[in-house]
Amino acid sequence: MEIENKTVESIPAITIRFAGDSGDGMQLVGTRFTDTSAVFGNDLATLPAFPAEIRAPQGTIAGVSSFQVQIADFDILTPGDNPDVLVAMNPAALKAHLHDLAPNGMLILNEDAFEEKNITKAGYKVDPRESGELDGYRVFQVPMEKLTKEALEEFDLPGRAVLRSKNMIALGLISWTFNRPLEDTENWINDKFSKLPEIAKANIKALKTGYNFGITVEAFHHTYVVDKASLPPGEYTNINGNIGLSWGLITAAKKADLDLFYGSYPITPASDILHELSKHKNFNVITFQAEDEIAAAAAAVGASFTGKLAVTGTSGPGLALKSETISLALSAELPLVIVNVQRGGPSTGLPTKPEQSDLMFALYGRHGESPLPVVAAKSPSHAFYAAYEAARIALKYMTPVILLSDNYVATGSEPWNLPNTEELNNLETNIVTKLNTEDGFLPFLRNVDTFARPWALPGTPGLEYRVGGLEKEEGTGNVSYDAANHQYMTDMRAWKVSNIANDIDKLELHGDESADTLVLGWGSTYGGITQAVNRLNEKGVKVASAHFVHLNPFPDNTLEVISKFKQVIIPELNTGQLLKLVREAFLVDARGINKVSGEPFTALELTDKIEAIINE
Amino acid sequence: MSKIPVTYKRTDLQSDQEVKWCPGCGDYTILASVQNFMAEMGISKEKIVFVSGIGCAARFPYYMNTYGVHSIHGRAPAVATGVSVSNPDLSVWVVSGDGDSLSIGGNHLIHALRKNVNIKILMFNNQIYGLTKGQYSPTSEEGKKTKSSPFGSVEMPLNPMSLAIGAEATFVARSIDMDRDLTAGILEEAKNHKGSAFVEIYQNCNVFNDKAFEQLTNKETKVANRINLVHGEKTVFGEDGHKAVVIRNGIAQIVDTKDVDESEIYVHNIHEENPSIAFSLSRLSHGPYGPTPLGVFRKVQRDTFTEEVHGQIDSAIEQKGEGELDKLIRSLGTWDVS
Repeated sequence: MEIENKTVESIPAITIRFAGDSGDGMQLVGTRFTDTSAVFGNDLATLPAFPAEIRAPQGTIAGVSSFQVQIADFDILTPGDNPDVLVAMNPAALKAHLHDLAPNGMLILNEDAFEEKNITKAGYKVDPRESGELDGYRVFQVPMEKLTKEALEEFDLPGRAVLRSKNMIALGLISWTFNRPLEDTENWINDKFSKLPEIAKANIKALKTGYNFGITVEAFHHTYVVDKASLPPGEYTNINGNIGLSWGLITAAKKADLDLFYGSYPITPASDILHELSKHKNFNVITFQAEDEIAAAAAAVGASFTGKLAVTGTSGPGLALKSETISLALSAELPLVIVNVQRGGPSTGLPTKPEQSDLMFALYGRHGESPLPVVAAKSPSHAFYAAYEAARIALKYMTPVILLSDNYVATGSEPWNLPNTEELNNLETNIVTKLNTEDGFLPFLRNVDTFARPWALPGTPGLEYRVGGLEKEEGTGNVSYDAANHQYMTDMRAWKVSNIANDIDKLELHGDESADTLVLGWGSTYGGITQAVNRLNEKGVKVASAHFVHLNPFPDNTLEVISKFKQVIIPELNTGQLLKLVREAFLVDARGINKVSGEPFTALELTDKIEAIINE
Repeated sequence: MSKIPVTYKRTDLQSDQEVKWCPGCGDYTILASVQNFMAEMGISKEKIVFVSGIGCAARFPYYMNTYGVHSIHGRAPAVATGVSVSNPDLSVWVVSGDGDSLSIGGNHLIHALRKNVNIKILMFNNQIYGLTKGQYSPTSEEGKKTKSSPFGSVEMPLNPMSLAIGAEATFVARSIDMDRDLTAGILEEAKNHKGSAFVEIYQNCNVFNDKAFEQLTNKETKVANRINLVHGEKTVFGEDGHKAVVIRNGIAQIVDTKDVDESEIYVHNIHEENPSIAFSLSRLSHGPYGPTPLGVFRKVQRDTFTEEVHGQIDSAIEQKGEGELDKLIRSLGTWDVS
């Protein structure tokens, strides 16, 4: 009977945001809905947002956690602009997110949470449902707690455990509204609670109750379907940036025929890389949770000395602590990848928010003349390739490489068309096992093409050598205070890095190449910029974009690309760091679009701002 | 470790670099002791790695014809941890000083000891900052007048033996530069120890802190002040053994031998699991002043970090098989788009 009353509207894309207390399970609901949609075949992108506090006071704005997902039947690059649907589990979640909801957007409220106490705690003077501020939205009030209690009456569970399942009501209802089958989530629940079958059953019951609520209540009889996206053929997985990056490192090690060493100290949002890598010991991965950030980097230097693909990972404040150790690796010319998952700074800053404000620090945050290559991941799946590329450069050129990610890339997810791992190139190393001159071993006798020094590993007879942070004599590697030698070695270290420009992918143009305006970006702004340029092109606005993966050195065709345009616009989640670099290196009068609000750019925002600059 | 015994001449272990410590520095004696010991320790020199931090002692790796890393201030135990866990076949030695180990590198030292990483840490304690030309160090005595403490240091010094024992070290010993035999014996014990070894070596800085250890080296006073800790032997010292160490209520005390029953004299046991007695012995002096224990304080067995890490890797491979990339990238579930 319900089928008769149901109207199904087909829409190309929808953006849904789930918001509630950090303990309400919103990340889980979002992830489940995402995975079901991925398996269904939608293109998608996600944006989780959570407070730095693990359990901030219940019912307060500070404690609100949210998860936004955009699903679409076409190729999308961002988790959406303003959500079309907002699920608010309490008044604080409503207050924190209502301003983003699109006009006439669908607002699903857990009405049981709208008690006077919670309303006051959220900072409302009057009940927002009665004040008129929800006018202009389609409001659906659902008694989620009451439904949960009734549904789970048959189970012998304590009250708190019962209420914990209310997120499943929300997930069931959204699954109904967007025509998503429950089977995938049921399997997931059974798997997750395989040792607690009562809990599994209770959660499934709550899930179905939410779904059936949609069937029963007429208000929900207008439902939506987002068709499969016409993605390029292939086998896909849904991946976030921290996992993509971890797998990229494992792959690089395997392709270099080396073992991976990862030294790290727990820090948000990089810790998940440590968690992920520590699971994969059967790849001969050594994970070392060090006593501090410095030790994590120092142990990685030790591992590199013995011939590991050595990596140390952190976030902003940790990069500051590693600075001196990175200089050691740079001076000793040892391969090392330093992962920095950027977050809002300075100091402790905004630990769970994205920002691109460590670019200058990555390039220049060391004492002395200490240039090193910098690579940045532009999306969750690209983090895999960026990690592989950073390792390639480190091993080939015997240098530390900084790999920049950020909270948006690290925790966001997207479908990834899996590569054929056989087709990924093997990575070269500079490992030597024999003397490199008739007179003996010269640890700083360089490769004539790459200027890399040979990598002699302890255990190799006859190549015993000593290396450290004191200046080394070219060739012998002996300590040298000679004036001309220091000049030479300083120049050589810089030249070695700038020479890499010939060995990296060229800067590519996207969009209307006949345009006068180029939008230039790096890192996680890739999705927003590309989508904005696509929209502008569709509107007939002439604009192109290019995106840096390599920030040092820039690709060798950069000047050629930039010179084709009269105007260069650089959007960044900082106050203008790439802007300064580009202005200095290429002497162009580039303009910035800058933001440091702890939020990524939306495509809508960039579309408007880019168009406004073009129209000036 | 190498299975075929290798012997070298001391010169085989000497690098071609000129040794540049100040003439008369205690480091020369220690270098000679280490080179002599290593010539006969039975490990091929390509399997030996010296790691140091910063300071006078930290130049040590440059003078050894082995692999070596002269790293950064205080971080040698962390670098060495990376070396050791990456290649368990290596014999890894850290050379450090009191400032390097106990001040800027205190955190790394205690964690390397706690984890029982298979590294041997030689800390040359001269109770002064030498390379920066004479500031007080974390082992300088209270009241010490230096360039940075012209009115005397107001700081309580650390007791390195107490610190190491408190940090769960499995091997703790003290030697002195002039006593080559004692140093050689301790190095041998340290080499054979499974896990981290912490060896403090009193080292005279004849330029900035000369005669700091005189009470233990001067012919007139050394017999009265050296308490030689020897496993399985009664702890008596002084002229004709007229002084002895006894343990009363768990606390080590110095008594006149004649005043106690022979059975009460402490018989040194380096293998005692409970660290209390070793700790108490370390409290007999707080620096090289008056009767001071030398020798191995403690040597107990515990699984090493290096072995445990590799044990987990081996069992993961045994259970899951060698990792395959194609399985890895599909491990979160996939779907096909045609």
